[in-house]
Amino acid sequence: MKRFVYINDDESPTQELYCDNRISNRKYTLLNFLPKNLWEQFSRFMNQYFLLIACLQLWSLITPVNPASTWGPLIFIFAVSATKEAWDDYNRYLSDKKANEKEVWVVRKGIKKHIQAQDIHVGNIVWLRENDEVPCDLVLIGTSDPQGLCYVETAALDGETDLKTRVIPSACMGIDSELLHKIKGVVECPNPDKDIRRFDANLRLFPPFIDNDVCPLTIKNTILQSCYLRNTEWVCGVAVYTGNETKLGMSRGVPEPKLTAMDAMIDKLTGAIFVFQIVVVIVLGIAGNVWKDTEARKKWYVLYPNEGPWYELLVIPLRFELLCSIMIPISIKVSLDLVKSLYAKFIDWDAEMIDYETGCPSHATNTAISEDLGQVEYILTDKTGTLTENKMVFRRCCISGIFYGNESGNALKDAQLLNAVASGSTDVIRFLTVMAICNTVIPVQSKTGAILYKAQSQDEDALVQAAAKLHMVLFNRSGNILDTMLLYFIMKCWRLWSSLLTGKGCQLWSEIARMERLSFCQKERMKLFFLMLLQLLEYLLMDQPIPGQQTRTFSEAVEQYAQLGLRTLCLAWRELKEDEYHEWYLMFREASSTLVDREWRIAEVCQRLEHDLEVLGVTAIEDRLQDGVPETIETLRKAGINFWMLTGDKQNTAIQIALSCNFISPEPKGQLLLIDGKTEDEVSRSFERVLLTMRITTSEPKDVAFVVDGWALEILLKHYRKAFTELAILSRTAICCRVTPSQKAQLVELLKSCDYRTLAIGDGGNDVRMIQQAAIGVGISGREGLQAARAADYSIGKFRFLKRLILVHGRYSYNRTAFLSQYSFYKSLLICFIQIFFSFISGVSGTSLFNSVSLMAYNVFYTSIPVLVSVLDKDLSEEMVMQHPQILFYCQAGRLLNPSTFAGWFGRSLFHAIVVFIISINAYAYEKSEMEEVAMMALSGCIWLQAFVVTLETNSFTILQHLAIWGNLIAFYVINWIVSSIPSSGMYTIMFRLCRQPTYWITVFLIVAAGMGPILALKYFRYTYRPSKINTLQQAERLGGPILSLGNIEPQPRSLEKEVSPLSITQPKNRSLVYEPLLSDSPNTRRSLGSGTPFDFFQSQSRSSSSSYSRNCKDN
Amino acid sequence: MKNRKKESKLKKKILKKQKSTREKKIYYLTYTTQKITLKHTYYYSVVPFFELKFSSPVVVKMRGATSSGGSGDGGMADSAPAKRNSRKPQYSRFTQQELPACKPILTPGWVIATFVGVGIIFIPIGLIALFASEHVVEIVDRYDKDCIPPNYSNASLQYIQSSKTNKTCTRTLTVPKQMKSPVFIYYELDNFYQNHRRYVKSRSDKQLRSKAGESDTDNCKPEAVTSTNAPIVPCGLVAWSLFNDTYGFSLKNKALDVSKKNIAWKSDQDYKFGSDVYPKNFQSGGLIGGAKLNSSIPLSEQVDLIVWMRTAALSTFRKLYGRIEVDLEANDIITVTIQNNYNTYSFGGKKKLVLSTTSWIGGKNDFLGRAYLTVGGLCLFLAVSFLLVYVIKPRPLGDPAYLSWNKNPTGQMSWNS
Repeated sequence: MKRFVYINDDESPTQELYCDNRISNRKYTLLNFLPKNLWEQFSRFMNQYFLLIACLQLWSLITPVNPASTWGPLIFIFAVSATKEAWDDYNRYLSDKKANEKEVWVVRKGIKKHIQAQDIHVGNIVWLRENDEVPCDLVLIGTSDPQGLCYVETAALDGETDLKTRVIPSACMGIDSELLHKIKGVVECPNPDKDIRRFDANLRLFPPFIDNDVCPLTIKNTILQSCYLRNTEWVCGVAVYTGNETKLGMSRGVPEPKLTAMDAMIDKLTGAIFVFQIVVVIVLGIAGNVWKDTEARKKWYVLYPNEGPWYELLVIPLRFELLCSIMIPISIKVSLDLVKSLYAKFIDWDAEMIDYETGCPSHATNTAISEDLGQVEYILTDKTGTLTENKMVFRRCCISGIFYGNESGNALKDAQLLNAVASGSTDVIRFLTVMAICNTVIPVQSKTGAILYKAQSQDEDALVQAAAKLHMVLFNRSGNILDTMLLYFIMKCWRLWSSLLTGKGCQLWSEIARMERLSFCQKERMKLFFLMLLQLLEYLLMDQPIPGQQTRTFSEAVEQYAQLGLRTLCLAWRELKEDEYHEWYLMFREASSTLVDREWRIAEVCQRLEHDLEVLGVTAIEDRLQDGVPETIETLRKAGINFWMLTGDKQNTAIQIALSCNFISPEPKGQLLLIDGKTEDEVSRSFERVLLTMRITTSEPKDVAFVVDGWALEILLKHYRKAFTELAILSRTAICCRVTPSQKAQLVELLKSCDYRTLAIGDGGNDVRMIQQAAIGVGISGREGLQAARAADYSIGKFRFLKRLILVHGRYSYNRTAFLSQYSFYKSLLICFIQIFFSFISGVSGTSLFNSVSLMAYNVFYTSIPVLVSVLDKDLSEEMVMQHPQILFYCQAGRLLNPSTFAGWFGRSLFHAIVVFIISINAYAYEKSEMEEVAMMALSGCIWLQAFVVTLETNSFTILQHLAIWGNLIAFYVINWIVSSIPSSGMYTIMFRLCRQPTYWITVFLIVAAGMGPILALKYFRYTYRPSKINTLQQAERLGGPILSLGNIEPQPRSLEKEVSPLSITQPKNRSLVYEPLLSDSPNTRRSLGSGTPFDFFQSQSRSSSSSYSRNCKDN
Repeated sequence: MKNRKKESKLKKKILKKQKSTREKKIYYLTYTTQKITLKHTYYYSVVPFFELKFSSPVVVKMRGATSSGGSGDGGMADSAPAKRNSRKPQYSRFTQQELPACKPILTPGWVIATFVGVGIIFIPIGLIALFASEHVVEIVDRYDKDCIPPNYSNASLQYIQSSKTNKTCTRTLTVPKQMKSPVFIYYELDNFYQNHRRYVKSRSDKQLRSKAGESDTDNCKPEAVTSTNAPIVPCGLVAWSLFNDTYGFSLKNKALDVSKKNIAWKSDQDYKFGSDVYPKNFQSGGLIGGAKLNSSIPLSEQVDLIVWMRTAALSTFRKLYGRIEVDLEANDIITVTIQNNYNTYSFGGKKKLVLSTTSWIGGKNDFLGRAYLTVGGLCLFLAVSFLLVYVIKPRPLGDPAYLSWNKNPTGQMSWNS
């Protein structure tokens, strides 16, 4: 499927084919709002149920109460959510309108015109100036820059705040800016999609701008909607995708709502109650019909007709259905939504989760899943930037066999190295040159002359700065031309020819004379560098051994640095012959103009240049472990959460990091099982061994972790999925190194398929898929941009906040929702049971004891307010939970909301209904048995019991709770007095009469005592003699005494064992300072090396025809 | 109490500390931003054509803006700094979930004291209630069976439905104890479902209230309109089945006055039953239900109807018939002349005549007293047994020994569940 865009062709028929540039994020229009919104709301089962009930109530023959008692709350609830939707939509409309009516310069009929952005059509030429927002997806055709470059900020698109370079296609190079608005041509591009890293298109210009060939276009030649133009005076481009068909528009979309385990449980319980209700209705319906035929016909005063209509048999069951419909509380959805958004607010507000270094508070994007935080069983974490700070500092290097910076720990201050630079040692100079130029760092000179580096990756930034400090300064970059300066006077100019898209970061450079920088002469001396980042050395050793090099020194260096936990890079280069280059370039050109599988073919071509590389040296960059990471992991592991580390990094580094942050225990307490191997057989053999060991050791109290790398993982997931799942269940800890983003997501999927609740935490774009896949995604708003934080449900500033997020917020949310939801059912069941009991003494005819107003107010008002303040309830103090993270187990295992606890609440409501009913009808018997009075008596009994139930179940009373509970009780009387003073109401004077009777008050207290006594006794007994661990901790906390000693009982021999462990590092000075070697753990690193395409893309297409190539993919 | 005071003091101290540390932290924040900026700004001093200066505050600001843009939730980059400020959470005890709270726990002392307290309060109240109930003098006479002449004993239905039979019936009642005036006269019906849905709904409050609502008879089916479609006032089954037995009392051959004053609720007379609504077409159909009404008296004065229309919640109920305003002495013999008109024979309902005095808790009803005594007794029993258990088998609260994870290795729990 292709789209042909005719540039600047006002008569082109394609203009009508594609939509105009009107952006619409709106879900509704004025006309369809009501039907569409109602339809959406009614697609939920609960709402359908309530609607059915409300409709049935319109039939006056069967309705026991005024239909208003259901319609009122229903309409209220609908109105609330509809208003919310409408408000959101209105805001979207306003922002759309603002964007749509923005004025832009567009070429119309050959003349530049100022029109509104919404009138841009596909094929129009759009002019933009500096700091303009891009109105639609454009293919660049001209810029103010002589080299055809421009800079864009893509923060709104992918959350990255650095500047990105965009370049005009070669065919448009050199066209005079005056002629640009006359340009004609055709762009052949794929149909709109949402991949913001991919744009495989071709451009062909028409005469007089004819270029002999089709010019390939990539994402580099486009600027996408919502980006900002920076540092460029003007650009002009052809609109290719407009309106909602832009890359941004396509990738927009409502993420699938996540359902918490708790919601699922509540739904299940609702279903159970529904079944129970149906059973009750059927039983009572049959009983009612039998009673009617045997007894009611004898009662002359009822005047039953002998012949009824055909539906007569149905009337009584339907009446009972309506009577019992309150069993499912109509308010639960609203209450839950309300408290959930408050949980989210508490997270946003939490002062202890503000990252004071960046001033960035935690944020809950998804407000609906806080309870799941308390039920996490697996945490899958990224390493770089998540566990570590991602603040890179260049520490050591090894150039042609000489180690620098080993003594001082800082190569920049190594006199030996500085001397070598000063004396102009060729190897060192080459090494520095590669460091300085092989990247995408943009130097920005401020007016004061200071050079500011804008880097996409922290590694690049570190390298360029280090090079600058070693007197190899990158001071200017304009497009493909770079200027460097060595030792303040040797200026050199470099030209980038191509970035090889193999993911290793190779780039093709040549040195050019300074005066040539503006000419596009290709007849230069072809001195081409190959510059590589990443773990090049291993390739050299494994794939393309080079004779006569000191590869051993380098591999030793890499090994040594990895042991120290430093990120390592190998730098290498190769000189290229000119004809070799031309030969290659032809192939490259051909590959890059294909539309099908372009990236894969380009990669294949690029592969051909990567051989015979000469290694220049190894750099080592430090990345410190974040504060509090080991403690956080230890606490959460104690809480019974299993940790998996998924990293793109090397095995050694991963293990070192894992050790230093308490991820795994060192020997002899812990044991690491490696799954490795180069071939499938080897992998499977090693895997079976590991699985066997794992099965044996599960009974022992030993920390066993397995380590698997991406290659092995791929085989395992493909062929041994079932067995691997077993292994995953058996092991509490796993380290997966060198995994791709899609593999990360696959692992999450695997754990999810075993019904584990997973939490994925990461910071970079490569974690996005994992984060979206997991039940809960947590993003660290770190240095690698915001991609992860934006895709995540929660964003936090530092890894250590995870502890608080789970143990405090997750746990409290779970406890509170557990109480709230069960209580909602309890109170609905209570009043429903009373109605059912009453039907036994009213001839099973379906009379409602309570009047409509009371019923409605009971469900919506009297019983909802006090329980809402349970969102402030804390069963244990935060410190206590932190000291005893094991207590999280109650949430994880769902101990507070499950069928058995629910049965408890069910029993309680049955018991209370019996108490209220028996006492009310006996105390108000004979001459007092007036319907309204008995009803109000029973209702008062219910309200009082509610208040005491909430009181008994509340663990901590703040002023708000007192206000809500007792204020509600007072409000009950006030409201009923008001209603009782309206002459037209059925309740006229009833409440006043009751309150004057001593019997009423005596009865109320009797109900409270009889209802709460047994509950209190039972609770006390359980609390004291069968305490749960929560109870024990509560007692310990309130009574003061043994808490402190309690915390120390837990032995912590870990730090001691570390010293003797054979796995442990000998050198590190302190625990928090951990280094890790570099591997492209994030796509940023990869992208920055010139490729621009994540390689896991291929893997998802399972394309691995060339074995060496698939290995490349894996290593990314 | 002491503990709580201490706790609050401690909390205050902690809060103070927190405040001071927060200030420090904020200071640190600004410090680090600068540091970062300096780090990223490579300043190159020796090149002649670059001026030598330190990075200007403008640069600092810009970096700050971009790094904060990192925290925005999808906003444009230029609005980020403002957003960040507004998103900085305000510190308050509510937002930090640190509202001062009291956290009671169920200590044995509290629980036992509560039960003892409830027991001690409930038992006297129970006794008082029981005493008051015992104090009420009540005469109950079931007359439905005995008022049927022996020749109709097997055809009671025929007897009651026939208009020719003599329905008068004389009963004698002996006053067991002195009954102080006022003595309330009730009739009690049994197995009569005034709360049946079909029955209880069959009325029109609008029609009863005012003349204007006369034709509002929708709910009254099947006693809504006459065969000529004229509305029946008062309509509906409740009014139609109005109780129509009458009682005449005499003491020592002297008639006792039965006062009908104030037997209906005043609010009903004033607001629910209109003074301009007169019975119309009532009991004129083929089927005669209960009593007929004098169509010259407005509904608001038809007290028997008003009492009857207050439907009972139970199938056994008493309704006030009238009052005797004189004291009755013990062993007085009262002769009651009953017009036994009302048909309860078809469904086997009982009819009783009740004479009763009243007390502060109402008529004779032992239930409350007994229930209070039972609940109070149970509370005392629970208190004693809890006390015994507490003394015999004391169990320290909050004993860490009950925390099983102190014995087991971590994480084992989750597999056991």
